[in-house]
Amino acid sequence: MASHDAHAAAGAHAVHHDPNIGTTGLDNRKVGMWIFLGSDCMFFGSLIGTYLSYKGKSVGGPGPHDVFNIPLTSESAAVLLLSSLTMVLALAALEKSDHKWTGRWLLATALLGAHFVGNQVYEFYTFAVHDGLRLSTNLFGSTFFTLTGFHGAHVTGGVIWLMGLWWQLKRGRLNKSDYTKVEIAGLYWHFVDIVWIAIFTIIYLIP
Amino acid sequence: MTKPASRLAPSLLLLGVIALSAGCGAVGWDWDTKMTTVIPKSDFGRMTHDIFMLISWWTLGIFILVEAGLVYACWRFRDRPGAPIPKQVHGHTILEVSWTIAFAAILVIFAVPTVRVIFKTQEAPAATDLRVDVVGRQWWWEFRYPGQGVVTANEAHIPVGQTVAFHLHGPDVIHSFWVPQLGGKRDVVPGRVNRVTLTPEVPGEYIGQCAEYCGMSHANMRFRVIVHAKGDWEQWVAAQKAPPVDPKEELAQKGKEIFSQSACMGCHTIAGTSAGILGPNLTHFGSRKTFGGASMTSTPENLAKWVENPGHMKPGVLMPNLGMREEQSKALAAYLLSLK
Amino acid sequence: MATHAAFMPGVKKEAAYTGVWSWITTVDHKRIGILYGVTAFIFFLMGGIEALIMRAQLARPDNNLVSAQTFNELFTMHGTTMVFLAIMPLSAAFFNFMIPLQIGARDVAFPRLNALSYWIFLCGGLFINSSFLFAAAPDGGWFGYATLTTRQFSPGHSIDFWMLGLQILGIASMLAGFNFIVTIVNMRAPGMTLMRMPVFIWMSLVVQFLVVLAFPAITVALILLMFDRFFGTLFFAPAAGADPLLWQHLFWIFGHPEVYILILPAMGIVSEVLPTFARKPLFGAPVVIYSGIMIGFFGFGVWSHHMFSVGMGPVADAAFSIATMLIAVPTGVKILNWISTLWGGSIRFTSAMLFSLGFIAMFTMGGLSGVMHASPPVDLQQTDTYFVVAHFHYVLFGGSIFGLFSGFYYWWPKMTGRLLDERLGKLHFWLMMLGFNMTFFPQHYLGLIGMPRRIYTYAGDLGWNFWNMVSSIGAFIIALSILVFIINAFKTRRSGQVAGPDPWDARTLEWAIPSPPPIYNFAAIPTVHGRDELWLQKHGDGHGGAPTPRPATPTAQEIAAIHMPPPSYWPILLALALTFMLSGLLISTYQIIAGGLLVLYCMFKFALEYHRPAQETH
Repeated sequence: MASHDAHAAAGAHAVHHDPNIGTTGLDNRKVGMWIFLGSDCMFFGSLIGTYLSYKGKSVGGPGPHDVFNIPLTSESAAVLLLSSLTMVLALAALEKSDHKWTGRWLLATALLGAHFVGNQVYEFYTFAVHDGLRLSTNLFGSTFFTLTGFHGAHVTGGVIWLMGLWWQLKRGRLNKSDYTKVEIAGLYWHFVDIVWIAIFTIIYLIP
Repeated sequence: MTKPASRLAPSLLLLGVIALSAGCGAVGWDWDTKMTTVIPKSDFGRMTHDIFMLISWWTLGIFILVEAGLVYACWRFRDRPGAPIPKQVHGHTILEVSWTIAFAAILVIFAVPTVRVIFKTQEAPAATDLRVDVVGRQWWWEFRYPGQGVVTANEAHIPVGQTVAFHLHGPDVIHSFWVPQLGGKRDVVPGRVNRVTLTPEVPGEYIGQCAEYCGMSHANMRFRVIVHAKGDWEQWVAAQKAPPVDPKEELAQKGKEIFSQSACMGCHTIAGTSAGILGPNLTHFGSRKTFGGASMTSTPENLAKWVENPGHMKPGVLMPNLGMREEQSKALAAYLLSLK
Repeated sequence: MATHAAFMPGVKKEAAYTGVWSWITTVDHKRIGILYGVTAFIFFLMGGIEALIMRAQLARPDNNLVSAQTFNELFTMHGTTMVFLAIMPLSAAFFNFMIPLQIGARDVAFPRLNALSYWIFLCGGLFINSSFLFAAAPDGGWFGYATLTTRQFSPGHSIDFWMLGLQILGIASMLAGFNFIVTIVNMRAPGMTLMRMPVFIWMSLVVQFLVVLAFPAITVALILLMFDRFFGTLFFAPAAGADPLLWQHLFWIFGHPEVYILILPAMGIVSEVLPTFARKPLFGAPVVIYSGIMIGFFGFGVWSHHMFSVGMGPVADAAFSIATMLIAVPTGVKILNWISTLWGGSIRFTSAMLFSLGFIAMFTMGGLSGVMHASPPVDLQQTDTYFVVAHFHYVLFGGSIFGLFSGFYYWWPKMTGRLLDERLGKLHFWLMMLGFNMTFFPQHYLGLIGMPRRIYTYAGDLGWNFWNMVSSIGAFIIALSILVFIINAFKTRRSGQVAGPDPWDARTLEWAIPSPPPIYNFAAIPTVHGRDELWLQKHGDGHGGAPTPRPATPTAQEIAAIHMPPPSYWPILLALALTFMLSGLLISTYQIIAGGLLVLYCMFKFALEYHRPAQETH
């Protein structure tokens, strides 16, 4: 076919007809997500840097080790790690076009994420009401709630995204050809998990 | 493309204007002005100035070479009708490496004295330094002499040839302590104490100004540093430590009466009369030539207007309008001026 | 993502291309570029008027043309406007129009996201300027140092407008950053390796990385300030143990890369214009590219040279001083590369070329005064004076603005199909050179004789009077030159000379297609054999090699098979919802919640607009 040859002769690079695959062989959306995550690293880095520069400088008020519930936050960390696993399993199921298990693993990931957020809400509530630690109490309160609050907001956003994907799947509007869309949600989810590992270690574990 | 003559015209125009400016400049480029940075009067100022001159000569040289190269290239390689496509030269590695190294070498020439002076001017204070605590607030300067027990405002007095350590702090926003003729600036940062150490070398009166935007009347936050000749400074200290003179003149006595009964006492200290600390210490107000952040001269008229309506003279000023009538303001002004 | 109209029954393949609605829903990078350009130019004029009023006030000592409060608002808004609403979006105009053309692509990676960036930018610019209507214009300086900007010392809404406005604008910039990085990395024509990309593309790529990595720092700084002002946190409360310098560190970690964001696009433009009008390739293009990358990378390590007066201690002062001097090397060396491009060339002095030459001359001066600032002892006399004002205007106006005007004159024919009038262009250039130097050269002197920045008036006995007057007159001459440009623009709309595809005998791919380009840019995606691909096709490599073959003319059938993304109204709706949500902070919590739900709704509709289960393809 003349047009096909001309197209090839003009050096059409796309291996598939998929217009999303580019010069590097990667999907545009995947490259975009990686860049976004790099940017988000700088965001959390600035917040963590703020926390560290004010660590130990609070005037009065409760300090970290007066209030932290390490067993609870360890459970949160485990839950989030587990959710990364279920995310990987969801993708694997989608690859095999096993929509039943894709849906189950997606839902599990979202629910685990919601559990994480629930733990955090409980933690914030306990700090504010029982320990007298609020945003305006001291530097620890200001930096802690802001940093972990933004992380929790990221998790919440992820949960909403995953539920959206799950809902699309349930309505029969998601299949293997949408693999990349689910994959980038997965990348985002793993990132949020890794940031939690960093926060958990730097803020909760290190004295 | 363009006729040579029409290209010449703009160049001539530009040259002409530059020449004209330079001519005016011969009249207007006076370097010995009241807040100049290039005629230093302290050791700190001199060390700074030496590096500035070093960098200035080198950068002037680079400037002339680069701009001349640019202008010459434009003239020599201008397009001529019918000219062939020029040789497509992509680069010249040795040339590019050479000029990179040359530029880096020049920067080393700047870096070495720079680092030396940074450390020399930030040495730890010595026991013999005269300590002056500078409190920068919106929009005036307070000077305290812990070793001498003196508190004053707007005008700092220091002796020539004596190393002075200004300790800078403040309760509100960031300001910057800067006396151009005595050296570079240092910020007043709430929550920290910064230090400027310098030894003034020439007696005189030097103007300072806040150099970090600090709100509405930032432009009015000026001050003065008076460097006394040998022997004179101690007299000033003695006069400042002395109790305030009782006013002799009737108007001034009336002013003292009004002062003792009004809200002025809540903000200002006059030794023996009031102990307010929100505003400048007025005990020896009459010994100062300026007020209002050293932005106004201490004359009876200015002072009366100030007392009557401070906000009118200094936008945003924190001193409230106490509703003083004209006679009251004049009396207060006379009282303040009597506090020598 | 290019989509196929085939599976969207009822959607016309080529949407209407005229009328306001077509502009509101456009996802065409060329139109978005024009939207950015026009909007940014209007903001540039606003920033210019703010400057003129300031210069009128400062023309004489003890002047009372405007009050202290008004002046403080003027310098705050002038700086904020010029940085965020003028130079950055003017650069974005060129990124949008030119990047796909220069890399041989049909559009950017995410066309609707591109439109979204523009509408968010417009909303942010309008939002921050709306503060004038509420008598609450920002007055904390463009850099908003704490503790002046905390609620205690700035009780009204001025700082809130500034902070929220910048957050909105930051989102626009970052989204565009993601888009352009993916576009440049992943949508180049076959054969265009990274080192074969035009230098403008390289500079743009570095700029986008700077944007996505530096803006998060100011985002965090603004969040901390917002939380202090609205939720009682203590980030900038010294009494609670906080350090006001935290603001400065975060701001300048953003702020220094930001100045490279402002200058690198102009450097990229100049790197295109000079070779075209000297008829020689850029001298040492790889070195210029590597310098750009190094500047981007090391630009993150010098931020505290804006803080030499705060008392960081001698070690930090010395470290940042040396780092700053180091970064001067790749910056300075580029100037010699540009001059060497001219050397041995055949130089045509078009308006575009004049502005690029002016860029070299002015940027050299700004760069040299910058080298002085790199030495802390010297800087302590110069920072916060008119000397540094002169420095950054030489690099940002003499550099960025001159470079951007060079881009306008160069690419105007490509964007509009008509050439700007050359005589008016030259008049613009010479008037601007005169006015610019008259305004800012004397400010070096004023700084050296002790005139501080950001003062609404000054005493008449300090020796500052004459040159302030000269500077002010210069400012009005600049305004006159801009008027000449505006007249030129309007004149050529109607009666400008038709340009054709390649009026300059240029070197890069955008000149291979019609002016203005068709919506699909390239009828056939070109294959690239080297840098300056078009020059290779026209003239060969100049070393005996034959010209590379021109691509075959595509058939009508092939052109008909090209599918471009259809227009969409979700970008503007999402931008409005986002602005509605964020401005709720100044109005009511209900608005934030309602806005948040609206944003979520718009985001889902945006994301799912073209979603459908595709047939399984092989």
